[in-house]
Amino acid sequence: MSRNPYVREVSPTTWFFRMPRYMRYMAREVTSIFIGIFTVIMLVGLARLSEGQVEYENFLAALRSPVSLVFLLLALAFALYNSFTWFNVAPKAMPIQVGEELMPDMVVAGSHYVLWVILSVFVLFWAGVF
Amino acid sequence: MMDVQLAERQAELEVLRYNPEIAGEPKFERYSVPCKTEWCVLDALNYLKDNVDPTLTYRWSCHMQVCGSCGMMINGEPKLACKAMLRDYPGVIRIEPLAHFPVERDLVAVADDFIAKLKRVKPYLIPSDKRSLEEGEYRQTPAQLKRYRQFAMCINCMLCYAACPEYGLHPKFIGPAAISLAHRYNRDSRDGGRDERQEELATNEGVWECTFVGACSEVCPKHVDPAAALQQVKVASTVDWYLEHFMSWVKK
Amino acid sequence: METIQTDVAIIGAGGAGLRAAIALAEEAPNLKIALISKVYPMRSHTCAAEGGAAGVIKSDDSFEQHFHDTVGGGDWLSDQDAVEYFIHEAPKELTQLEHWGCPWNREADGSVAVRPFGGMKIKRTWFAADKSGFHILHTLFQTSLQFPQIIRYDEYFATDLIVDEGCCRGVTAIEMRSGQMRHFSAKAVIIAGGGAGRMFRFNTNGAIKTGDGMAMAYRAGAALKDMEFVQYHPTGLPNTGTLLTEACRGEGGVLLNKDNYRFLQDYGMGPETPLGKPVLKTMELGPRDRVSQSMWHEFQKGRGVKTPWGDCVWLDMRHLGEKKINERLPFVRDISISYLGIDPVKEMVPIRPVVHYMMGGIHTDTKAATSIPGLFAAGECACVSINGANRLGSNSLVEILVFGRRAGLSAAAYATGAKPGNTAALAAKADEAQARVRELFMRSNGTESVAGLRKEMTDTMEEGAGIYRTQEGMARTSDKISELRRRYRNVVLTDKTNVYNTDLFNTLELGNLLDCAEAVAVSGRERKESRGAHQRLDFTARDDVNYLKHSMAYYNGLEPPRIDYLDVVITKSQPGVRDYSGAKK
Repeated sequence: MSRNPYVREVSPTTWFFRMPRYMRYMAREVTSIFIGIFTVIMLVGLARLSEGQVEYENFLAALRSPVSLVFLLLALAFALYNSFTWFNVAPKAMPIQVGEELMPDMVVAGSHYVLWVILSVFVLFWAGVF
Repeated sequence: MMDVQLAERQAELEVLRYNPEIAGEPKFERYSVPCKTEWCVLDALNYLKDNVDPTLTYRWSCHMQVCGSCGMMINGEPKLACKAMLRDYPGVIRIEPLAHFPVERDLVAVADDFIAKLKRVKPYLIPSDKRSLEEGEYRQTPAQLKRYRQFAMCINCMLCYAACPEYGLHPKFIGPAAISLAHRYNRDSRDGGRDERQEELATNEGVWECTFVGACSEVCPKHVDPAAALQQVKVASTVDWYLEHFMSWVKK
Repeated sequence: METIQTDVAIIGAGGAGLRAAIALAEEAPNLKIALISKVYPMRSHTCAAEGGAAGVIKSDDSFEQHFHDTVGGGDWLSDQDAVEYFIHEAPKELTQLEHWGCPWNREADGSVAVRPFGGMKIKRTWFAADKSGFHILHTLFQTSLQFPQIIRYDEYFATDLIVDEGCCRGVTAIEMRSGQMRHFSAKAVIIAGGGAGRMFRFNTNGAIKTGDGMAMAYRAGAALKDMEFVQYHPTGLPNTGTLLTEACRGEGGVLLNKDNYRFLQDYGMGPETPLGKPVLKTMELGPRDRVSQSMWHEFQKGRGVKTPWGDCVWLDMRHLGEKKINERLPFVRDISISYLGIDPVKEMVPIRPVVHYMMGGIHTDTKAATSIPGLFAAGECACVSINGANRLGSNSLVEILVFGRRAGLSAAAYATGAKPGNTAALAAKADEAQARVRELFMRSNGTESVAGLRKEMTDTMEEGAGIYRTQEGMARTSDKISELRRRYRNVVLTDKTNVYNTDLFNTLELGNLLDCAEAVAVSGRERKESRGAHQRLDFTARDDVNYLKHSMAYYNGLEPPRIDYLDVVITKSQPGVRDYSGAKK
């Protein structure tokens, strides 16, 4: 009689229920599905635009439907959540060392937020919102 | 005079027991252990071994959070038993061997896979400019030391592997500690071995298996922050790729 | 039994064993090296060393000063030829580690930084924050990974040396995961198995430090030298015995009694130095033996701090400030908070002396060779002797490097010229070793438990072989250990399975500890003087006429060891007064 190491299988479908931190991770990952769908919708919009004004008007009308509005709001919320988590980990992925000290996380993450706001304003301005 | 009251407490332990020569399946065994409240979980296990059941099997040595022997799952979390203080565990304490590793016996996990991976990433200095002893030490400023020191603090306790779901699902993943250690040498001003290590690191079994769950950094008892190391390797590898494919005239 | 052929077998993969392996691999790349350890290398207790490693490097320092600090610190029991070799090799070894990547702390200009340490007249301790041993061990382990000829046998428990025709030709070891015994047939063997501090109840040592290497060599006929010299480290946490590095004082921490008085000035280490401005080789930077002994006297006078764990004194580091503590002593802060719930940034930490290190060990010459041809030893398990009657803090991390390397080189030379042994005779010896373990399994009528015997051993060692000793106390302890060694033959195994049987290993470890403990007790009983860490209440003075000698304990079966004496090598420093007063400095 001797060794027989026991292997504890990890379930590929339910593993993330084991710990809250795994659930949080899955939530973050799920947000990308909504962002993906939104991107597909945008592509469809482009296709409609190429098919003529009527088609494009119909597409825009569909976007204004209650179901679509709910979806868009949800996608926006998830996109924001995803962006926040992304920016918040930026100091880990790209630490900046000045002399002996590491730049505080707030500065690295903060500069990402600032850049994000500037770019958003620029895009909105260019799109004629202001 | 120091004003401390040493309180006692009956701690309830549920320990996963497995002896391949006796039973085919591991099962939990319950023990009630008279403990001092200042004890850590390791002290409770030692009490059990000395007074209740000498067959209880686990690894331990330093009892000061630096040798990395006593990693185990405590209430589902990977912990060093010498760092898990009883005062933080009011209820029943459930103890299992580190997740994602095969169980040799009781709380002893088979570490072969981790040990082999450590070696694979060449975790030693590959000098960029070889020096003789007569030339004395390499110069390295405190700032250059700081660039990698955090990643040199890894005690190889394997808690990060037990926390990493990617490793659990894809055991080929080189994993947090080994990659962090490679990164430690990559960031060392004396080292010139990054290209060699990239062959292991910038691969599907290397950093690209990591999806940044971040659990490794949350459980690391030495604040190494392996998740940061992996993301940094990803950023650097991405930059490498762009340089190679679009700006091949630029030297890395 | 499976036989594994190798050129050199190394028992122990801590600092000394790894350094020996690398030296061998570099010196003689064709030799096959078996690195055998009962734990994975990075679990070895080298990792727990905190403060640093001494080596002359700065322009204000000199070999001469390191020599005199070491010899005087050792109360002139050190062999001066060994010290001479040691201090000259020290900076080379530390630089070598730097070349292998060790993250030493640095000065602003990028050169290696040094810190003050007890008993050293000049700042010469290289350090990596307060994790110096940890970084040394991991640097060595990681460096060793690039040599394919170093074949590691991790988690193999060595049981016996194979000695045939007077020469050491191998070792037997149990593969812990399978319980199978293996015979390592080797041309040379290096023991680097560490100390035996676990023979005491209150100690800083890891569970693995059970004197296995010492006991194996002792049973094979090598002498254990100067075993009575057991170092108490002054600053251990009172409940767990966890070490708080001497660097706490090197960086400026002070020791206070219950009246908040810096009592060291009353014990020949005064006058008081200004707070936060430590002066080398005086007050809190006195040597470990003197500081621990002063604490004992304070307790006798009722001036200790009463705590639930017994008498303590305060270690006050508050004036160092949070920034310095985080930079230089982060680990000390972590463990005080963890085990005592006390943050040294804000509060004083109660501490008391704790068994830390064995100056004694397997007798070797300056080439790390033992008296058995083919057997070499290095590290805490060996006694060259550079540490004499009291080791200076930060000399041991260098000792493992200097003599680890030396053992590697000596073994390489020996193995290259060695003739093969008689295969049948060696196999028969291996079978004997296996029979000894089998007997443990077969035994069914035992009455003694490992935990029970272990407790009696640590109790009697604490009682009779502590900081201060008497003839009566040491005799009682010797007799007790002798009794325990007899009773040990009646230990019964609860666990009779093969896979990772820690009950078996703990039993073997206890046997090793008892062998070593008897050498400590009997050598101490016979040394009727006070020197360094061996302090007698009945013989309070040093006696150079009769005892300027190493004691040599020889294994004698179930009987107590035979004690012999060996002259100390003195080259240029005649025994003098150990002066740690600050008056003329």
